[in-house]
Amino acid sequence: MEETRSLPVQASNPPLIELRGIVKAYPGCLANDHIDLSIAAGEIHALLGENGAGKSTLVKIVAGVVAPDEGEIRWQGEAVAIDGPAAARRLGIGMVFQHFTLFESLTVTENVALGAGAAGRDRKALAARIAALAARYGLAVDPHRHVHHLAVGERQRVEILRCLLEEPRLIVLDEPTSVLTPQETETLFATLKMLAAEGRSILFISHKLDEVRALCQRATVLRGGKRVGECDPRVETAAALARLMVGADVAAARRGAPRAPGGEMLRLDKLDLPPADPHGVALSGVELTVRAGEIVGIAGVAGNGQSELLAAITGERAAPDHAVRVAGVPAGQRPPAYRRRLGLAVIPEERLDRGVVAELSLAENAVLTAAGQGLVRGGLVRARAAADYAHKVIERFGVVARGSNAEADSLSGGNIQKFILGREMLQNPKLLVAAHPTWGVDVGASADIHRALVALRDAGAAILIVSEDLDELLAISDRVAAICRGRLSPVIAAGEAGRERLGQWMSGLFAAGAPAHAA
Amino acid sequence: MRLRLEPRTETARWVALATPLLAAGLTLVFGIILFTALGYDPGRALNSFFVKPIENVYGLTELAVKATPLLLCALGLAVGFRGGVWNIGAEGQLTVGAIAAGGLALAFNGDEPFWLLPAMVVAGAAGGALWAAIPAFLRVRFNTNEILTSLMLTYVAVQILGYLVHGPWRNPQGFNFPQTRDFGEGAVIPLLMEGTRLHWGTVLAALAVPAAWLLMDKSYLGFQIRVTGMAPRAAAYAGYPVGRIVWAGFIAGGAMAGLAGMMEAAGPIGKLQPVISPGYGFAAIIVAFLGRLNAFGILFASLLVALLYLGGEMAQIDLKVPPAVTGVFQGLLLFFLLGSDFLARYRVKVERRAAA
Repeated sequence: MEETRSLPVQASNPPLIELRGIVKAYPGCLANDHIDLSIAAGEIHALLGENGAGKSTLVKIVAGVVAPDEGEIRWQGEAVAIDGPAAARRLGIGMVFQHFTLFESLTVTENVALGAGAAGRDRKALAARIAALAARYGLAVDPHRHVHHLAVGERQRVEILRCLLEEPRLIVLDEPTSVLTPQETETLFATLKMLAAEGRSILFISHKLDEVRALCQRATVLRGGKRVGECDPRVETAAALARLMVGADVAAARRGAPRAPGGEMLRLDKLDLPPADPHGVALSGVELTVRAGEIVGIAGVAGNGQSELLAAITGERAAPDHAVRVAGVPAGQRPPAYRRRLGLAVIPEERLDRGVVAELSLAENAVLTAAGQGLVRGGLVRARAAADYAHKVIERFGVVARGSNAEADSLSGGNIQKFILGREMLQNPKLLVAAHPTWGVDVGASADIHRALVALRDAGAAILIVSEDLDELLAISDRVAAICRGRLSPVIAAGEAGRERLGQWMSGLFAAGAPAHAA
Repeated sequence: MRLRLEPRTETARWVALATPLLAAGLTLVFGIILFTALGYDPGRALNSFFVKPIENVYGLTELAVKATPLLLCALGLAVGFRGGVWNIGAEGQLTVGAIAAGGLALAFNGDEPFWLLPAMVVAGAAGGALWAAIPAFLRVRFNTNEILTSLMLTYVAVQILGYLVHGPWRNPQGFNFPQTRDFGEGAVIPLLMEGTRLHWGTVLAALAVPAAWLLMDKSYLGFQIRVTGMAPRAAAYAGYPVGRIVWAGFIAGGAMAGLAGMMEAAGPIGKLQPVISPGYGFAAIIVAFLGRLNAFGILFASLLVALLYLGGEMAQIDLKVPPAVTGVFQGLLLFFLLGSDFLARYRVKVERRAAA
C-alpha cells in the first residue's frame, strides 16, 4: 500500500492532545489505570486492545462523555477540562461512532442539519458544502438521498462528513472498518491519510492488526485497563502486536485437510423471503448446501440479508416448506423446536437477551435450549441436571464464571459467547449455524472458539458461519460465499476465494443466477 | 443535576429484610401525622386499623374470607405478569366466573344434584378463562394491547351482570331488588366453621399456593413463561411457542379469577347481585406485585391487603373516619412498601455536572 506520509512529528512542538495518568474506575472494575497517550498534529494514532481493555472508556473521556477520576488532559500544551461533548466539539474534537446515529427517514442534508446549529438553517448552502467536502475527500455521497437508501459504507461517509463540517483538529474513529468491505476500507484509509496530510490528527480504534499496520504511524496498546506499550506498528509484525495486546502467544486454529463431504444437512432451494420491516432486505433465490463434515462461511457487510437468512434457517421466520431442508427433511414451515429436534443448533447474532437471558443464572440459561438433554423431566425443570450441564460447559469450554449460579450478565462478552457455543455444541448437533461467532470477542477467546468449531466439523457436523470478518471466514471455512442485498454469490472452495474476489462479491459483483456448487 | 436509576448488582440480605420494616415504620410515622392533623387519636386509629380486626377468632376468619379472592386472583395474574402478559381485567373475569357458576346454581334451584357444586367450580373457572380468552386471542392474532382490551372487558362483564340481575335472572319474589334468588343449599360452599363466614374455598385457595409455586418456579412451562417475559427475543431464539405462552398466561389468570368469582357468589354472598367484588380483581394486581410475583410472597401480600380492607371498615365504624381518609392511609402503606422494595433493587444516583 502506498504510504502517504504526513509531516514529520517534531519533538519541539507540544502534542495536539496529551493524556496524562488518566484513571477511571467503575464499580468492581478499573477501566483506565494511569493511562498516558499523546497524539501529534497530523498523526494517525492507533488505540489497540482487546474487548474490555479500556479503549471505549478512554475514547469517552476524550469525547467528554465521561469524566476521568484522576489525570490531566492537555490540548496544545494547555491543561483543559472536557466537561461534555459540546466542550469537546469546541476544542476541535470530532467523533465518528461505531453505531450510526442517523435518522433513516431523513435525507443526508437534513441529518447533518440537525447537529449543525445555525449553519443548518440554510439547507441549500449546507447541501453545497456537503457536496464540496465530499468531492474534496473522495467521500462519494449524494446530499439529497434519504438515509434508508444508503448502504452501510455510505452512511459511515455521512457520519464522517458531519464530523468534518465542524473543522475538527482531532478525529476519533471507533472501529470504523467493522462495517466495510476490504475495498471500502481502502477508500476510507485514503481519505484518512488525506486528512492527516492536512495536519489533522486521527485516533483510530481497532483490534484489526493488519489495518493498524497499514494505516497508523504510532500505536498505543491497552490491556486490562493499563497502557502496556507504544510502538510503530509499521515495523512490528502482527504477531508481535497480538502478543502485546493479549500478553501471550495466540495459536491460530488450523483448518484440517478437507474430508470427504457427507450427507446434506442443510439445503436452501430457491429461497425467497420478503423483508420483515420496511427497512429490511428481501432474500431472493438463495441456493446453498451445507454437508456433514464441512464449514461453509458466508461473508457480507452487515444488513445485506444475513439476519433474514438466519431467521429462515432457524425457523424464526417461516419460508416455503421445501425451500429449507434440515437433515433432508423439508422444514421451511416448521417451528424452531422441530428443527432443533432434527439436529439444528444455533449461535445467534446477539448474546445478551437472545443467546442468553441476562438476569438468569448459567444453569437456567442451559435450560433455554438444552432442555431436551435430560434437563426437564415430567414437565419439571431438574435444577441439579441443569447445574451439571452448565458445569460441563464451563469446564470443557474454559468459560470464566463464578459457577453455574452466576448470572449471565456477570460474564464478559467472550465468556458468554463460549458458554453459548458450549451449550449448543454439547447437544451434538448435526447442523450448527453460527452468526458472527467471534464478534467483539478478544483474540484469545476467538482462537478457542475457532478451534472448537473446527473440532465439531471434524466430528462430522455441518457448520454454517455468517460473519463480517473475512480473515475468520478464510481461516476456518472449507467453502465460502458472500451475500449482498439478499442474494448469495456462488459458493467456492476457501482456498480459491481470496480476499479480493470475496470483497467484490460482498459489494454485489457476481453473476446473477449462476449458483455454482463447487465442492 | 440529574437523577439516574441503576440496578443494584447485589441486594444485601439485610436490605431485603429491612425494607418491609422501613416501610412499616414510615407508614406509622405518616399515619400518625395524618390522623393527628385530621383531629383523630392516632393510637386509636392505628389500633382499629391493625389490631382490632384480628383481635378474635371471628376477625381472623374474616381476614381469611377477604384474603381468599385476592389470593386466587393474584396467583393467576402472577403467571401472566411473569410472561409479560398484562392482564388488567381480573375483575371482569371474576364477574363472568360468578355469572357462569351462578347461572348453573339458578338452573338447578331447589333441586340440586350432588355434582352441582363441583360443576359450579368448573363453570366459574371456565367462565373466567373464556373472558380472558378474548384479549388473549386479540393479542396473539392482531397484536392488540391487552392492557386496554382486558380492562375494557371488565366493564362489559359488569354490565352483563347488571342486566341479568335487573332483568331475566331477577328474583320474582325479591320486591324488585336487583338480585337473584338465594342459591339452594346444594349450590352454596359449605362452611368450615359454624358461626363464621369461613368456607372451604379458603382451603382450595391455600392449596393453590404450592401449586402455583410448582408451576411458576419449578416447571418447564413456568420457565418458558419467565423467559418470554424477561427476554422475548431469547424465547423466539429458543423456539418457545410465544403465542401459546400468552394464552397460558391469560387462561391461568382468567380461570383463577373466575374461580374467585364463583367462590364469592357461592360463598359469603350466596346469590348474584350487581356487585360481586369490591375491586378484588384490581387489588389483586397490587397483591401480585407486592408479593414479588412469588406464590408464597403473594400469600402474605393477600393477607396484608385483606387486613387493610378490614381495618379501613373498622376505622370508619369506630372513629367515623371518612372512607377517603382510610383510602389515603391504605395508599400510604402500599406506596411505602412498593417504594422501598424498588429502592432495595435499584440505587438512585445523583449526577452533577458543571454547566458546559
